[in-house]
Amino acid sequence: MGNVIGIGAAPKRKEDQRFLTGRGNYVSDIKRPGMTAGVFVRSPHGHAVLRGIDKTAALALPGVIAVLTGDDVKADGLGSLPCGWGISDAKGVPMKEPPFPMLAQGKVRFVGDMVAFVIAETPEQAEAAAELLAVDYEVLPSVVGVLEAVRPGAPQLFDDVPNNICCDWELGDKAAVETAFRKAAHVAKLSLVNNRLIGNPMEPRAAIAEYEPGTDRFTLWTTSQFPHVVRFLMGALVLNIPQHKLRVVAPDVGGGFGVKQFHYGEEAVITWAAKRVKRPVKWVASRSEGYVSDRHGRDHVTEAELALDETGKFLAFRVNTLANMGGYLSTFGPNIPTNLYAPLLGGVYTTPAIYCNVKVVFTNTVPVDAYRGAGRPEATFVLERMVDVAASEMGIDRVEIRRRNMIPKEAYPYQTPVLVQYDSGDPMGCLDGALVAADVKNFGIRKAASASKGKFRGLGYSTYVEACGLAPSRFAGRLGARGGLYESATVRVHPTGQVTVMIGTHNHGQGHETTFAQIVSEKLGVAFENVDIVFGDTDRVQFGMGTYGSRSLVVGGAALSKATDKVIVKGKKIAAHLLEAAEVDIQFEAGKFSVAGTDRVKTFEEIAGAAYVPHNYPLEVLEPGLEEQAYYDPVNFTYPGGCHIAEVEVDPETGTVTLVNYTAVDDVGTVINPMIVEGQLHGGIVQGVGQALFENAVYDEGSGQLLSGSLMDYCMPRADHMPMMKVATHSTLCTHTPMGVKGCGEVGTIGSPAAVINAVVDALSHLGVTHVDMPATPNRIWRLLQNASLPVAAE
Amino acid sequence: MKPFAYHQPHQIPDAARLLTSVADSKLVAGGMTLIPTLKQRLASPPALVDLSRLGSLKGITDDGTTITIGAMTPHAVVAASKVVLTRIPGLAALASMIGDPAVRSRGTIGGSVANNDPAADYPAGVLGLGATIVTNTREIAADKFFLGLFETALEPGEIITAIRFPVPLKAGYAKFKAPASRYALVGVFVAKFAGGVRVAVTGAGPGVFRVPPMEEALSENFDPSAIAAIRIDAEGLTSDIHAEADYRAHLVTVMAKRAVDAALG
Ligand SMILES: Cc1cc2nc3c(=O)[nH]c(=O)nc-3n(C[C@H](O)[C@H](O)[C@H](O)COP(=O)(O)OP(=O)(O)OC[C@H]3O[C@@H](n4cnc5c(N)ncnc54)[C@H](O)[C@@H]3O)c2cc1C
Repeated sequence: MGNVIGIGAAPKRKEDQRFLTGRGNYVSDIKRPGMTAGVFVRSPHGHAVLRGIDKTAALALPGVIAVLTGDDVKADGLGSLPCGWGISDAKGVPMKEPPFPMLAQGKVRFVGDMVAFVIAETPEQAEAAAELLAVDYEVLPSVVGVLEAVRPGAPQLFDDVPNNICCDWELGDKAAVETAFRKAAHVAKLSLVNNRLIGNPMEPRAAIAEYEPGTDRFTLWTTSQFPHVVRFLMGALVLNIPQHKLRVVAPDVGGGFGVKQFHYGEEAVITWAAKRVKRPVKWVASRSEGYVSDRHGRDHVTEAELALDETGKFLAFRVNTLANMGGYLSTFGPNIPTNLYAPLLGGVYTTPAIYCNVKVVFTNTVPVDAYRGAGRPEATFVLERMVDVAASEMGIDRVEIRRRNMIPKEAYPYQTPVLVQYDSGDPMGCLDGALVAADVKNFGIRKAASASKGKFRGLGYSTYVEACGLAPSRFAGRLGARGGLYESATVRVHPTGQVTVMIGTHNHGQGHETTFAQIVSEKLGVAFENVDIVFGDTDRVQFGMGTYGSRSLVVGGAALSKATDKVIVKGKKIAAHLLEAAEVDIQFEAGKFSVAGTDRVKTFEEIAGAAYVPHNYPLEVLEPGLEEQAYYDPVNFTYPGGCHIAEVEVDPETGTVTLVNYTAVDDVGTVINPMIVEGQLHGGIVQGVGQALFENAVYDEGSGQLLSGSLMDYCMPRADHMPMMKVATHSTLCTHTPMGVKGCGEVGTIGSPAAVINAVVDALSHLGVTHVDMPATPNRIWRLLQNASLPVAAE
Repeated sequence: MKPFAYHQPHQIPDAARLLTSVADSKLVAGGMTLIPTLKQRLASPPALVDLSRLGSLKGITDDGTTITIGAMTPHAVVAASKVVLTRIPGLAALASMIGDPAVRSRGTIGGSVANNDPAADYPAGVLGLGATIVTNTREIAADKFFLGLFETALEPGEIITAIRFPVPLKAGYAKFKAPASRYALVGVFVAKFAGGVRVAVTGAGPGVFRVPPMEEALSENFDPSAIAAIRIDAEGLTSDIHAEADYRAHLVTVMAKRAVDAALG
């Protein structure tokens, strides 16, 4: 018998046994009998009229089975890819929602837009045929930037979307903000760009589809973070396949970061194609293909203004943002720069009035959707840059101005002026902890040491709060969600006492198989090794919304906790019968049911055995078996928060920024597995540092070509970019989740970009530099220094 | 990747014959550059002639005045070679800065020089040291070998067998890595010989080039201060999403100073 490994322990991850020994089971590992190979033909143009496709030469090649195009989709009467959120403007007018055909019809709108699917016996034959497909394009000018897209005379993506504006959205009390600005002692202003990012999960997207004529059933294996949602969106809204005739499996998935939490056209095309060619079809994206088809993230242009009184108290915050949606609306697209952005503009501060306008704009680029943090890093970046600008303009210390405006611990629950109500938090505690951990008091010594080597050293702060655990369905519904956002778990106790959990979240790197097993091990007193977690298969798992928005533990873990509680309740009934005691007298602790105040005991295994061999069992009042299910819909978001401090060194000769120290003190609520939490924080911070210093998706205006379309040109953060990070938790418990958990998947990505850029600006502030756009590349820093108002010299 | 014939000759003449017998056939050395282009279907040679079985193309020798490195010698071997480390440490340092460990284990000096990528490191070392490219038919001076963007003096069917490096008094390499690819955004190799100093720049322009004003200044005074004020004209240098031409021009001076520093140890 193994041991109970419960909440707060840090066992090695269960799943790593198979990953580290090369025994994972990814989509591209799967082979089906009679499998064919599919290749997508993608638009090489950012914007073009699709005049016609001649399949003759492609079909004539050996091994080619079929070539499918938008016309075939139309002829089969299939639906368009649905958007899961419908937002509206201030007058209640719904967003413009042009169709997103799974294969382009009439026009292509970004480089990578799919125009055809070629199926052959082998991948080589399919690729050869794809090259021969004659597609007649009438190339149109492209528009890729949001500022350019809304200008009069800009290329128009859709006939019925004037100025390419999908929705002119707003949140907050505009009049109250204007009044506050009139009374302000100081107004600080800031213009910034939130750079466009490409997720780059280690495993490229892939899919296999199969149709069984005997049962009229489809199976789709796909690299997805939410197989049940794919089944619903694709089956019910695109392909008209009844839910019980469609199985979606997302086996081991090699990282997602949001990129795999959308329903993609490739999934629909391949499933439809499998029935047409009566053979299984497999498609595996190349890395290059991922660059022009995986949904991108961020991409905002923002003007912000902060009104302050003479003591530096924030009176009002006004933010105007243009957000890039790309060529079509992706699954969560319009929700990200609106509902997941504006409500976080209060941060950890008591700003009484906030107004945010977001123009959601179509451009000839890959559709933009959620990427780790999704909206919340953008909000934090605007706010925390703004605070630094205001502090510097008013001559107030950057830490002091934050303290003066922070929500005190006692003021929680705290209602912000932008919808959300924070249940718990202690921003001042996180700040104080971070100041000590980062050794801020000796920063001056380190700065002088850098200066003696001709380097500029800077320190940057960022506090943040985020809304995690997506999401309360009722709340989301009011904001425009078209689906629910609960989670479900089934706890199946086997006759021998081992446990299998079926859960609707999806593990693709987060360590759920370990964390969830710890919860069960703790609550049921079952050995850690005797708990297995099943996910990612609509035939095996009852239902689920999947993994994104730091929701798995918060929402999924809560469902699991509730289902486990139900097992205990039933176990007590069985124990009461076996021990001939009243149910109220039965206690359950450490895997044993006992009669209070006696030494009469039944083990968990004995109760499980009795449930499945009910010879001595209250069959009149109780069903046999020991399996319970729970659905959990949260009452509120959770609000992790914290304080990050970055320290950088700038080489003025080359413009290179080196991150030399990084400290994070985060409030993530209850920590189930500290090692996994630390790993999540590390990974999140590295991704945020990537945005701040390295990553940038660049399109060519006019042609719409992606210039950063490979790892040779898109700079991912690497191990040698990072110092040893100091991460710590300073937790307050969530007041409404069953275990007090808040979620930790995105916090690192949310706090870090502003901390790093604030540090870079601090390093250069003596030269009159007041803002640096992301990524702070050597060329960009060198250019700033060339144009700086003061001579370049280490002080 | 499209299908192709694959040959593994054991003798140089066989390799040369196989290479020319079917038009558009390609040599493959480490494959680090060639294989990705095949996978992306950017090239589709009918046959590949693998040089890995030609034993005479491997190894490093020192004859007292020159170091000869066989074309099939991988970067990692050059980086760790006792001979190179003691006789031309700047060249070993250059090899150690190429790509990552996997690339250094497979990629070869011959492949790198034949490919003449405008951002590759070896061309700076080869031109900076005034090396000689030895082929199966002749010897070519570095100054006559590199002809611009991926262009070299190699004739169709010609095989590099070795590179011969004169041993300098001092040499150093400084590389500013391109953020994403980690090829040279700007790399500068400086070498001091009894007869004068050579300075070769890679990454900054469409091909490796020398900087005569810096060579003159350093021949006078082999010290970073001698070239600190020498500016390179940005005209003709590369501008891309990572670096604008004037920034590259600025980096040439910075990296040249650092290369001299490295050479001085
Ligand atoms: C991830 C990655 C990072 C890299 N980073 C760097 C870097 O930082 N700096 C850098 O300089 N390089 C870098 N490279 C390139 C690397 O150094 C390659 O090894 C080199 O460019 C080619 O060498 P190879 O032996 O692999 O040649 P191959 O790919 O086999 O061949 C390249 C070309 O040269 C021809 N060729 C090969 N050998 C000969 C010969 N003996 N005679 C005539 N023609 C020949 C081939 O026909 C082919 O056209 C990188 C490569 C990768 C994949």
